[in-house]
Amino acid sequence: MPDPELGEGEGGGEGGTGRRQPRKGPTTHHPTRGRASRRGLATGLFFVSPWLVGLGAFLVYPICASLYYSFCEYSVLLPAEFIGTGNYVDLVRDEVFVKALANTVIYAGLSLPLGLIVSLGLALLLNTGVPLMSWFRTIFFLPVLVPMVALAVLWMWIFNGEYGVLNHALKPVLHLIAAVRGGPDPTPPGWLSDPSWSKPALVMMSAWCVGNSVVIYLAGLQDVPQHLYEAAELDGAGWFQRIRHVTLPSISPVIQFNFVMGLIGSLQFFAVPYVISPTGSPARSIYFLPMYLYDNAFTYLRMGYASAMAWILFVIIFLLTLLSLKVSERHIHYGGE
Amino acid sequence: MQIRSIGGKVAVFVLLTVLGLTFLAPLVWMVATSLKPIDETMDNPPTWIPKEYKFRWENYANVIVDRERWKPKEDPAPPFVRYALNTLYLVVLGTAGTVMSNALVAYGFARLRWRGRDALFAATLATMMIPFPVIMVPIFGIFRELGWVGSFKPLWVPAWFGSAFNIFLLRQFFRTIPTELSDAARIDGCSELQIFMNVIVPLAKPALAVVALFHFMYTWNDFLGPLIYLTDQRMFTLSLGLQFFQSQHGGTQWNLLMAASTLIVAPLILVFFLAQRTFIQGITLTGLKG
Repeated sequence: MPDPELGEGEGGGEGGTGRRQPRKGPTTHHPTRGRASRRGLATGLFFVSPWLVGLGAFLVYPICASLYYSFCEYSVLLPAEFIGTGNYVDLVRDEVFVKALANTVIYAGLSLPLGLIVSLGLALLLNTGVPLMSWFRTIFFLPVLVPMVALAVLWMWIFNGEYGVLNHALKPVLHLIAAVRGGPDPTPPGWLSDPSWSKPALVMMSAWCVGNSVVIYLAGLQDVPQHLYEAAELDGAGWFQRIRHVTLPSISPVIQFNFVMGLIGSLQFFAVPYVISPTGSPARSIYFLPMYLYDNAFTYLRMGYASAMAWILFVIIFLLTLLSLKVSERHIHYGGE
Repeated sequence: MQIRSIGGKVAVFVLLTVLGLTFLAPLVWMVATSLKPIDETMDNPPTWIPKEYKFRWENYANVIVDRERWKPKEDPAPPFVRYALNTLYLVVLGTAGTVMSNALVAYGFARLRWRGRDALFAATLATMMIPFPVIMVPIFGIFRELGWVGSFKPLWVPAWFGSAFNIFLLRQFFRTIPTELSDAARIDGCSELQIFMNVIVPLAKPALAVVALFHFMYTWNDFLGPLIYLTDQRMFTLSLGLQFFQSQHGGTQWNLLMAASTLIVAPLILVFFLAQRTFIQGITLTGLKG
């Protein structure tokens, strides 16, 4: 179907090649525009047909069904039974839900800023023109390759209270604390076996897996126009001032992108804590919202309840993303590309 | 921002070296533990290299064969080999489907003009906001109705119907291919499908490689999907198999657990070094244009 009407005039806007030539009226081949546009529609729909099925079956229908289920008693085995807002009312009173939600918020609230600082810091160091830059970049990226389950198993071993390599590495630090405070060495943290240390342990682990953001930041940093730095330097700006007034404003869209991606990821933190302990022990300290959701859906078969929880999760992600867009409206600077 | 003073360069280099070693340490520790006998894993202070350079390669053999659990009568392949085969099966079917479906759909969005295209594309982008738990229960319901729970199908069939993220990524790339090329082919009498196959696909290979690579990584890593749909241990993937292995040997045989982890990480690291450029390109592509 050779149809000059199709595929014409694309490339307007950002994705274009920038060297389009004026077209010399190929539409004159067609007796009517109506037929051409109908054929265009047929061809277009032919190409996107897999996605029409996918969008309908794996997104639109599930979204509608899940919203309906969230107002139902539904166990998969029996048809869903409408119960109004019962699930949502129960959730507010459900201590386990509140605990899991709090755990998730604490984890996200700690791991997001730490991840931002670590990844941006590493990217800034990598962007200074030091030798072996690509080697260092590879090293910082490697942890990203470790599958979630292997990540959990590896860090359980590192955090092991008795034989873990981390507590051995901490010994000099504990000696130092003892020397300053006097008295015997403080006992090292039990990490994953201590409810007050288990979440900080997972936050530490998450800082190891920031390679993706490092690569994205680095690409952003390399796009910052060199002349801005030179101008700032001429004005007498020091290193820190150049970071503060040139670098950060220039890469603010990248920071926002990484923030939103990190947010979505950390609120759906599931595989690692599940492998460490499916019940989130000790003392449910690493029982996160997605784990409670999974348990309700597939262990207790309370699928309506689980769906209600999923919608609360969605609303939280949606509102925080919106909030970050609002905040950034004031602070983000888009370069003049 | 370049640092020009020699002192500054040395300081940054030293700092990066220290941080680099810190980041590398967990992986080195994983491999080191995997090559030790069980009693050496509990040495105090811990050692990075097995005593007298006696590397316990048999740890790997023990993980792969896993004599305690392997029942050759039920399955000729030992558990770990079976997990690897299952994972490869899902990787091949899923990656083929992902590349084909998303390339086709992205072509429809990037290079064709039809009524409703922009609205449908906007809807596609909006679905990227939906977290998986929201749609998890109804999708499980669909596969249950189809009788697919306990089979591999829920883990690879959806890949043949496109995904918003990949459509977006490929569309962005397709739009950078000059329209003159398609126009020339069109004048020569090529159909849109021929243009797609003969003009766009060959030029879009780097972007298709990114999509394939990401899907491979995703399948290798996926834990929740297999956890929900796979019930028979002989159908477990590597990720689910490792979790099962850890729940059996957990807390004691760290050398075997680290050997199993190393076995799962190693292919990914190998692929990374073979396709490093594609990786970095892909992440940059998603980060800056996504």
